[in-house]
Amino acid sequence: MHIVVCIKQVPDSAQIRVHPVTNTIMRQGVPTIINPYDLFALEEALRLRDKVGGEVTVLTMGPPMAEDALRKALGIGANRGVLLTDRFFAGSDTLATSFALAQAVRKIGETWGAPEVVFTGKQTIDGDTAQVGPGIARRLGLNQLTYVAAINAIDLEAGTIAVARRAEGGVQELSTKLPALITMLEGTNEIRRGTVPDVLRAARAKIEVWNAAAAGITEVGMCGLRGSPTVVKRVFAPTPRAAKAEQVEAKDRPYEAVAEDVMERIFAAQPAMEAELMRTAAGY
Amino acid sequence: MTTPPKPAPAAAGSRAGMKKELPERFKSYQHVWVFIEYEHGEVHPVGLELLGEGRKLADKLGVELAGVLVGAGREGLRQAAVEAWEHGADLVYVVDHPTLEHYRNDPYSQVLTELVNTYKPEVLLLGATVLGRDLAGSVATTVLTGLTADCTELAIDDDRCLAATRPTFGGSLLCTIFTLNTRPQMATIRPRVMAMPPRQPGRTGRLIEHKVALHEADIVTKVLRFVADRDSSKAQLAYADIVVAGGLGLRSPENLQHVRALASALGGDWGGSRPLVQKGWMPADRQIGQTGKTIRPKLYIAAGISGAIQHRVGVEGADLIIAINTDPHAPIFDFAHLGIVADAVELLPALTEAFRKRLSVNRLAG
Ligand SMILES: Cc1cc2nc3c(=O)[nH]c(=O)nc-3n(C[C@H](O)[C@H](O)[C@H](O)COP(=O)(O)OP(=O)(O)OC[C@H]3O[C@@H](n4cnc5c(N)ncnc54)[C@H](O)[C@@H]3O)c2cc1C
Ligand SMILES: Nc1ncnc2c1ncn2[C@@H]1O[C@H](COP(=O)(O)O)[C@@H](O)[C@H]1O
Repeated sequence: MHIVVCIKQVPDSAQIRVHPVTNTIMRQGVPTIINPYDLFALEEALRLRDKVGGEVTVLTMGPPMAEDALRKALGIGANRGVLLTDRFFAGSDTLATSFALAQAVRKIGETWGAPEVVFTGKQTIDGDTAQVGPGIARRLGLNQLTYVAAINAIDLEAGTIAVARRAEGGVQELSTKLPALITMLEGTNEIRRGTVPDVLRAARAKIEVWNAAAAGITEVGMCGLRGSPTVVKRVFAPTPRAAKAEQVEAKDRPYEAVAEDVMERIFAAQPAMEAELMRTAAGY
Repeated sequence: MTTPPKPAPAAAGSRAGMKKELPERFKSYQHVWVFIEYEHGEVHPVGLELLGEGRKLADKLGVELAGVLVGAGREGLRQAAVEAWEHGADLVYVVDHPTLEHYRNDPYSQVLTELVNTYKPEVLLLGATVLGRDLAGSVATTVLTGLTADCTELAIDDDRCLAATRPTFGGSLLCTIFTLNTRPQMATIRPRVMAMPPRQPGRTGRLIEHKVALHEADIVTKVLRFVADRDSSKAQLAYADIVVAGGLGLRSPENLQHVRALASALGGDWGGSRPLVQKGWMPADRQIGQTGKTIRPKLYIAAGISGAIQHRVGVEGADLIIAINTDPHAPIFDFAHLGIVADAVELLPALTEAFRKRLSVNRLAG
């Protein structure tokens, strides 16, 4: 079977600093990583391939340096990497991103065979919308399975798949027809370490680099800034609370006394709370 | 295929300079809508919270506030409509069909898309729950409009546009986003970010029943089974009145027992900062913050938590924030109401004891 995994290269947010004066994000020197949520999608795709055979194509849209992310994925075991990169894509919001990625998936299908499953991560750590997956599904008419915790069964002959997904208030077990789009829930598997041959192959592998035209995108007005209905108007830092916390002196006092003090202040600030607690306590 | 338009200049400047010019066909889009999740016979509270916020937006715009209810079962939906009116809705659109009993992307997005295209709202709000996010992305892509996910603040600007503010880059910064030339303007908002509006018993409104032509046979996705969460703590933490949480300052997983003990003495729930999940000290559904739960309790006690921005955005809605930290310069003291520079491992048991004593004395007296 053919599986496509969409991965995004993101700045390692643990290392992002905000400029204290200009409030802009200081990206210089910040290392990039594969969006951590996408690794669960990649691992699940590789497991599926190991089970039923076939190929895994990883796809990313981003600047030329996003090639690194694809190479990393190849080193983990993916078969092929496609980089979608073009100045037309700059400034894409989720609608424009899902348009471009959907077109690229279509082209990947024409080139190497239509994918039975397309995977995305649950969300990105920079965009953080969880909307690109559903957007791709809708545009390609794929059956949408979000927040998937496990793939319970796949039957390529019958063209069906059964999954367990996180739903509101419980776990929903669904079956649907292929082709399907799966957004993988985090913590559901553990990304493998690439084998030595994979790592060596990845270093030399040829990455497919596509611009809009190569991906078969003629409607560039649907891409990038122009294809994005949303606009970022203002970026700003959260305002600090005017007053610092009122302090309860704890030094050189027994903990019992401090605790009494804290309790009294809680009840002073929340006069109804003591009575409420009493009611709950009486119910014990 | 349309002819390719002339190439745009490479990422010309910022989008902020672009004009908000609404095409003619969108000018008839009016009113504020809230999608109200109704499943297993219950209304998800986030829908009611959004009605509270939607009411303010609708009043500012001088339009009506509508709730959208999709599901199966006449009586249950009718009850849900009453709840919507009593929480501020002027009218409620109801779609009642057997295929809509359990949430599935396909029929739900068909229905919501049809409602949007028929009645044309200018603003459409959904909860940023797993259901809301699953549905919102499909609908926004189908009607080709803008969607801002996980908003923490909504407002109407001078041009009658929805200004949707959300944290960006893991919460270190906020950004305000507009949907310029398309309608509806869609946004998702996490549970507990907006305050629950007071219920106005007896307040009523209109009900518009919308008939849809759905056929189970056309829907390829089938629900095989639904296993409700046994551990109902998932819902409780977000909605608990009192929450006690621990951070790395507790030093060892065993010390989390002091957090749990205080929470139980207060009849509340407990949670923690993200590193505790990463270290395997507690399950992920107990994480509080930007990538965990947003909470809005009356009382929040944070023990050994530094107060990083990603944690802060998840607790700021609490009425009273108490911080226990050994470092007098910890950022948590910047937004806590009451701070105690002390060892949490020692102070927590003392607090538990103090509350236990007070409550039992009162009980004997009463
Ligand atoms: C994209 C992203 C998303 C994130 N999402 C979240 C999120 O949702 N929720 C979240 O919590 N974090 C989140 N984080 C992590 C966040 O940035 C912080 O790293 C984290 O909140 C710190 O946890 P902490 O306060 O427990 O640990 P630390 O920062 O290590 O703080 C421990 C504190 O305990 C104090 N202390 C030490 N000993 C004691 C003692 N004996 N008694 C009392 N105090 C003591 C110390 O002074 C210190 O202030 C996220 C980070 C990123 C990059
Ligand atoms: N530029 C991109 N290139 C490839 N995949 C992407 C891109 N942006 C988003 N995705 C995929 O869509 C998922 C959801 O992203 P988001 O909607 O930004 O939270 C991610 O986990 C990725 O799998």
